[in-house]
Amino acid sequence: MTEFLMSFWQTYNTLFYTVLVHGMLALSIYITLACGQLSLGNAAFMGIGAYTAALFTLKLNAPFGLSLLAGGMLPAFVALIIGVPTLRLSGVYLAMATLGFGEVVRVVFLNMSITGGSVGLNGVPPKTELWHLLLVMGVLIYFFLKLKNSRFGRALEAIREDEVAAAVMGIKTTSFKVWAFVIGAFIAGVAGGLNAHFTFFLSPREYGFDFAVDILTFAILGGTGTFWGPLVGSTILTILPEMLRFLGSYRLALNGLILVLVVVYLPNGIITVKKKD
Amino acid sequence: MFLQQFANALVLGSVYALFALGFTLIFGVLEVITLAHGAVFMIGAFAGLAVVTKFNAGLIPAILVGMMASGILGWLIDLLAIRPLRKRKFHHLAPMIATIGCATFVISISQGVFGAEIYRFPFDFMPATSYNFWAMQLTLLQIIIVGVALALMLIIIFLLNRTKWGKAVRAVAETPRTAALLGIPVERVFQLTSFSASALGGAAGVLTGINFNAIHTFMGGPIMHRGIAVIILGGMGDIRGAVVGGLILGFAEIMSVAYLSSDFRDAISFGLLFIILLVRPAGIFGSNIERKG
Amino acid sequence: MLRLENIIKDFGGLRVLDSLSLQVGEGLIFGLIGPNGAGKTTLFNIISGLSRPTAGRVIFNGTDITHLPPSSIAACGMGRTFQNIRIFKELSLLENVLAGMHRLFTYSPVAMLLNLPVQKREEKALREKALEILELFHLAGKAKRQAESLSYGEQRKLELARALATSPKLLLVDEPAAGMNPAETEELMGEIVQINNRGYTICLIEHDMKFVMGVCRQVAVLNFGELIALGSPQEVKCNPLVIEAYLGKEECK
Repeated sequence: MTEFLMSFWQTYNTLFYTVLVHGMLALSIYITLACGQLSLGNAAFMGIGAYTAALFTLKLNAPFGLSLLAGGMLPAFVALIIGVPTLRLSGVYLAMATLGFGEVVRVVFLNMSITGGSVGLNGVPPKTELWHLLLVMGVLIYFFLKLKNSRFGRALEAIREDEVAAAVMGIKTTSFKVWAFVIGAFIAGVAGGLNAHFTFFLSPREYGFDFAVDILTFAILGGTGTFWGPLVGSTILTILPEMLRFLGSYRLALNGLILVLVVVYLPNGIITVKKKD
Repeated sequence: MFLQQFANALVLGSVYALFALGFTLIFGVLEVITLAHGAVFMIGAFAGLAVVTKFNAGLIPAILVGMMASGILGWLIDLLAIRPLRKRKFHHLAPMIATIGCATFVISISQGVFGAEIYRFPFDFMPATSYNFWAMQLTLLQIIIVGVALALMLIIIFLLNRTKWGKAVRAVAETPRTAALLGIPVERVFQLTSFSASALGGAAGVLTGINFNAIHTFMGGPIMHRGIAVIILGGMGDIRGAVVGGLILGFAEIMSVAYLSSDFRDAISFGLLFIILLVRPAGIFGSNIERKG
Repeated sequence: MLRLENIIKDFGGLRVLDSLSLQVGEGLIFGLIGPNGAGKTTLFNIISGLSRPTAGRVIFNGTDITHLPPSSIAACGMGRTFQNIRIFKELSLLENVLAGMHRLFTYSPVAMLLNLPVQKREEKALREKALEILELFHLAGKAKRQAESLSYGEQRKLELARALATSPKLLLVDEPAAGMNPAETEELMGEIVQINNRGYTICLIEHDMKFVMGVCRQVAVLNFGELIALGSPQEVKCNPLVIEAYLGKEECK
């Protein structure tokens, strides 16, 4: 029995690590969706976080915790710069502004020597342990649980439901949206840092639009009524491709299909919150 | 030298303008930012290429077939992903996310079918003739691209301003509800707009494919970024804005490559978008954005 | 309490409000009436900061609020409802009212994360107050239900409750009785007077003349963006300009 468990773990531990990292990314986009904003830049934020954390480890020999913190802070700071002018505006501007952002990040990674250009970064020391991932995930779940029934969580929900009405209630809509976006970028950055320290290798191509769509699909499939939705969605979509290997290059088509079908026919995702009627 | 760059910018910019025109038209009428416009563009390019390689067709049939294919795809996307949402209240992000799904689906299927390789037109497809104007040298191809793009834009602008169909489209863009009360078949206008705007995207696809002589399944992404920058630059839903914005972006890219460095070419559109959001979020021609009360 | 000075608003060449000056005194129920398109809702939008006047100033309790964002104006003590109901449909009634109380909460994010006593105390006290406000509109029994499940008339009342929850000094109410049946309207009139008795100043737009005449102490009449009459309901009703512009055939009793 233990032998079976050992071999099972050996085969699937990478998958389990990936499930947790994807869960974090799903939460990072959830927090902006929770206030009605669509960020397509979270893959890029993950990339910034991954490179920053890896460089802190490789060049500065920084302790792992510090590398991760730096990997969260830089994307958060970049999000602040993008968010302030964009989130004053309502509706779809954030989505449009962040869509092209991944491209910029790729171009920058490709052209900087410190990031290894098109070759990427090699030999990032494997520092990420299972308990690191579980700890970060635990902290995130605690954070979202506390947020749920607090004045801050209610303000985000109010903004999602009706931004104008929320503003008239005295809710500072722009600053809440910016905070949500910045926190999301921070989470994505930390997830990137954790990921970098177990995949050993970073390439500028990994954090593009396709991955941004992956992250969006996690959240939309699970549903954005509660933070459990994105976690369930990311788990399913991380495990599923393992079982659907035969799809090969059509795997992304499945993402596309899920997005359309869920938005059109299942607008609340698979996890819905029921209120008493 | 500068004049030559100017000519190159005109070629690039007119294709951007053509792409953005369809993009902004859909937003103006359907109030949907269709992030599938890049995929529609790519399908148009492949369809144009297919009639050239399979049937030895010339330029004009290639463009027409490309427009047809893209138009039908755009119409299908509207029918299957956007129309069901129109029928009920939805969050303003829903149609946009649905179009991301469509784009991903179409691109992934195309990758499965066509692979990752780069397709080219037969080498004798366009004669390499070129003409000199003052200090500019323009190839026949470049003249055709600018000519076709300008002609299509003028046709659309003419149709919008002078025909019954155009009046209906503009009425729907203004307020769909009032238009419906006036007896305008709103649903048909939506479908027609999706078709024709996507056809413009298809024409831009064929022209881009010929211009760079490279057609591949991931060609829709870069132009999508540019299209977004252009419609924000020009003012969302603004026809003039799309045309002028496209030309400005073409100019900015060519000049930055010529006088700065080509490394950051793909980041120019984002830089432009960011600056415009900072200083004039309504765009060049947009009236100030006021929240609806 | 509220003073409008020469408000002008143009929409693409069309003058919607033309040098409008008006004062709303403290403690009043003030009615704003006029035919459709007279600029009433536009005026509300300008007062609450959703729209900027082309010229003119809005003074609220001695502060110039003309160029403040809506959330800051709300913080000065201005609450409002909308003509086309804008409640938070997917939240419960209680959550709607609690969201309205946003600015009354003071606890920090740290208090939220650590569950500090200040958070528990505030949440508890304000929850009770929220239920009280719902009770005022006979909605407390449905506090946990989703707002969307309410009837049209109840949704209007919930929106009023949410506006009241911001504890405003001035409450702007846009067509509260629209779509209500006579019985509901009657009940609403009682509730409006009750709110006013609790010390809230109210400024309302309404088309139902019985409603306006029944509750308002002072009425202003707008026509094509101009103020054509101001006075008690009785005076306004007898003003020939008003009769011509708006009331039409209705008699002056």
